[in-house]
Amino acid sequence: MRWIWIDRFTEFVPRERATAVKNVSLAEEHLHDHWEAYPIMPMSLMIEGMAQTAGILVGQARGFREKVILAKVTKAEVREIVTPGDQITYHAEIENLSPEAAGTRGTVRKNGEPIGEINLMFSHIDQNLAGTEFPEENFVFTGQFERLVAPFLEADDG
Amino acid sequence: MPMSEEDIFEKVKDTLIEALGVDDDEVTPEAKISADLGAESIDYLDITFRLEKAFDIKIPRGELVPEQLLNDPQYVRNGKLTDEGLAELKKRMTHADLTEFEQDPEVGKIMDLFTVQTIINYVQGKLAA
Repeated sequence: MRWIWIDRFTEFVPRERATAVKNVSLAEEHLHDHWEAYPIMPMSLMIEGMAQTAGILVGQARGFREKVILAKVTKAEVREIVTPGDQITYHAEIENLSPEAAGTRGTVRKNGEPIGEINLMFSHIDQNLAGTEFPEENFVFTGQFERLVAPFLEADDG
Repeated sequence: MPMSEEDIFEKVKDTLIEALGVDDDEVTPEAKISADLGAESIDYLDITFRLEKAFDIKIPRGELVPEQLLNDPQYVRNGKLTDEGLAELKKRMTHADLTEFEQDPEVGKIMDLFTVQTIINYVQGKLAA
């Protein structure tokens, strides 16, 4: 499997906000352990989906110059369970952006209805840990993610 | 109309409760941001962003926490601040109480200088400017 927890961007306004959808599928291996009798989307993977949505928004805002890593989950609250067949929507907005870090606010929706909020902080590690080597796998802005966001960036010169 | 120290304390307290998830009664003026309230480096960035918003001030990097000092060999030797380092720290951190730290200026103890009162003093200074 691939570590991609969003399927498509439906909105991407550089340096401001982005919205991505994720379709929960019974074909996802981990659901059969979480839980065998009652598969539900794990909270940790919803946080990851929001982190990917917001992280790409933040990375693109800085021209993908730095490795952006999730540094803090300021708030993560989802009030309903999500099951196979549901469509999750992650909407993220940049609240703070500096050379060293970024903060985002986000709403989680299930089939269009708001069910929670996930607020995150990212660290731009090239600005904070100069010289330390990180393996390429940690870098999220690989081909697949670039392809997801490319259609929205053709119009943007930023 | 200038804010009273009490008003600043209340706003700083709210900021710390939101950023660090601590309880209201844990945030006393003497509380150390790291040792008592559990803040880590990313939390300082979160706190800085929130203070900027709450008080409508700009906090340049290194002004609240003079990190560049700690990595400069001119100012730090064998884990302690040199005389030049101490002088530089005093210049940059007018918002902190350095009397105890001066007795034994170990780099490892610098974060203990950051109490809730330190932040209140810093904000007061920025608002008065």
